[in-house]
Amino acid sequence: MEFSYEVKDTYAEVKADGRLNMVSAPKLREFVTDVIAGGSNRIVVNLEHTAFMDSSGLGALIGCLKAARQAGGDLRIAAVQPQVNMVLKLTSMDKVLTAYPTAGEAFSND
Amino acid sequence: MTRFWTRVVVVLTVLTGLNYIAWRWAASLNWDAWWIALPLVVAETYSLIDVMLFGMTVWKLKIRAGAPQPPHDATVDVFITTYNEDLDMVLTTALAAQKIRHPHSTWILDDGARPELQALAEQHGLGYVTRSGDWTKELPRHAKAGNLNNALMVTHGEFLLILDADQIPEPDILEKTLGYFNNRRVALVQTPQYFSNVPASDPLGSQAPLFYGPIQQGKDGWNAAFFCGSNAILRREALMQLGLVGYVKETGKSIRRALAASRAAIRQARKSADVESPLVAEVLDEVEAATREAQEEVDAGRPLSEVTYRVRRRVDAAVQTLVEADVAALQADLEEIAAMELAHVGESGVPVVADGAVQRMSARDWSPLGALESVQAVLDALTVERSNEAQPVMPLATISVTEDMATAMRMHAMGWESVYHHEILAYGLAPEDLKTMLTQRLRWAQGTIQVLLRENPLVQKGLKLGQRLMYFATMWTYLSGFAAVIYFAAPIIYLLLGILPVSSLSWDFFIRFIPFMVVNQLLFAVAGRGIPTWRGQQYSLALFPTWIKACTTAARNVWFGRPLGFAVTPKARQSGGPSWSLIRPQIVVSVLLAVAAVVGIMRLATGLAEPLGTLVNVFWVAFDLVVLSILVRAVLYKGYEPAAEPANREES
Repeated sequence: MEFSYEVKDTYAEVKADGRLNMVSAPKLREFVTDVIAGGSNRIVVNLEHTAFMDSSGLGALIGCLKAARQAGGDLRIAAVQPQVNMVLKLTSMDKVLTAYPTAGEAFSND
Repeated sequence: MTRFWTRVVVVLTVLTGLNYIAWRWAASLNWDAWWIALPLVVAETYSLIDVMLFGMTVWKLKIRAGAPQPPHDATVDVFITTYNEDLDMVLTTALAAQKIRHPHSTWILDDGARPELQALAEQHGLGYVTRSGDWTKELPRHAKAGNLNNALMVTHGEFLLILDADQIPEPDILEKTLGYFNNRRVALVQTPQYFSNVPASDPLGSQAPLFYGPIQQGKDGWNAAFFCGSNAILRREALMQLGLVGYVKETGKSIRRALAASRAAIRQARKSADVESPLVAEVLDEVEAATREAQEEVDAGRPLSEVTYRVRRRVDAAVQTLVEADVAALQADLEEIAAMELAHVGESGVPVVADGAVQRMSARDWSPLGALESVQAVLDALTVERSNEAQPVMPLATISVTEDMATAMRMHAMGWESVYHHEILAYGLAPEDLKTMLTQRLRWAQGTIQVLLRENPLVQKGLKLGQRLMYFATMWTYLSGFAAVIYFAAPIIYLLLGILPVSSLSWDFFIRFIPFMVVNQLLFAVAGRGIPTWRGQQYSLALFPTWIKACTTAARNVWFGRPLGFAVTPKARQSGGPSWSLIRPQIVVSVLLAVAAVVGIMRLATGLAEPLGTLVNVFWVAFDLVVLSILVRAVLYKGYEPAAEPANREES
């Protein structure tokens, strides 16, 4: 799995490309924690190229959400793919993490 | 009587042959020209072994008086296999099959899944079978063997008559053959394959009177007559037993392989820096314990289904613990977030992950263990479902493109018996052009070599020595391409360069060679009882590029997993003019032979060569050219014209 980020006007966009699983989940946590430590607390995780997510990956996303909230910001997700969407619905996490069609729209209303 | 004289000639052939070859090895090699002397003596030894195996075959020539009365209640399915053949042809065969007198069901096995053919079948009250949904795109289809295996799962006759789409059966084909199955050990009755669209001169060598005659009758004597894909009746019970034994063997093999690989896979997973969580380490411990226990159980001979089930249960439980831990951590995070700012989490409080969701997240396709690919691969292989095949039980062997021979050999190895019934009971259509004929011969040769390399009959448990040699004999004949090249090269080398592979062409040579050659030809004449065998002898040499290509492609396929470049034999004549390019290597060889003869005679005239050597080698060249000349007729052959030939050639 490959991570990258880009600081935009009102938020930082994190791209996670590949499979978000037991092996890559801790790396996502670490990566997002670093981005927050770098001064961005409004994070959009762009899942456009995340084809798969398991329970560890989901745990990492919620962990990152917690970190962002603790820093006084928020974490949102965008461009969710079918399998990831199924996992979110099944676990009711879609109520916590709202999925936006694109990264640009995630913070457009506030 | 025939048998007695055949045996006399066999003994004479073996004696004169050994006498000649022993002398060739011991006293005749021209070591100065070892590079041609050795290949030639090896080729001659190859030919002697070939003749000795033929002699052994006809030694036990079995002429059967006919089958006893069949039981009236024997149930039979008639299978007509088709892929892309002309619908009229398939329907003609199917309607003839419908008229077979013994009660039976007729099925068209359409691998082309053509709706028009299905409609025709329904219209005429014929059964129609295509591949079931289990044969998905990514699984191997196994050509005709797969087509038959698929049909075996949806039919239930005790016996199966298998017919190619062009083989029109006689109405009495079952009455004449079913009685052999009164012997409970008989699993196969093969009848000849005869072609009705072949002129008496048979320019493409389509009829195989020596094979569907003395050779199969001789193999029958050794209980080794084998299945040739069509015009044969098989006992379903034997096929199913074959499928089940194969399934158990394959499953056991893959489970043992997976268990052997598991230790390394787990070690590798532990080592990878990615896995730091103590929980993951625990799961790996559990997987290791489960596979170790499974290994002990497999060694103790416990049923594989139970062993694999237990492994899966243990691993599933461990994975579920992992998922539960993930969910618990996630839930704790959510609680913390809620404590910080309740409003954001939602109106109904912190969502709770349901048990069902945990189960789903633990299933194989979503399991966190999937991240450890090597471990997951081992666990996937620990199944008895044979998920790499469309159906777990494959009665017809799928190790070769000639599934028929491989299947028969496995049947014999399990103790079943076979029968060759020497009477034409179906009339087929042979290829009518050289290109199609070459494709067909290549396929047969490739399939035979595949069986040799995958399941060498000489070392198959369960086969008697005679049976081993009978299967080996057929495979041995397909190596003739290499010998042919040497037989063409030797006279060219002498006539052009004056290099003789034997130390001298003297009385010693002729007194040993000529008796062997004479008795050898006599053997074919006596064993063949007047059958025309010359066409077959010509093609066994003339098609040397095909035989060599078959050996090399089959070896690459078996050893390196390369594709064979397999093509289904088209039943319709290929259009276009004479295609000389198909026999380019043979044309080159013929030109070389002719040039060599001219040069040789010139060398003789100028005193550079000696008369006897030149005479023998020019004679040899002439023989080679006569052998190769059949290809000219084959290229020019325009297909069968029934008007020019008597329609009924049954008496031949």
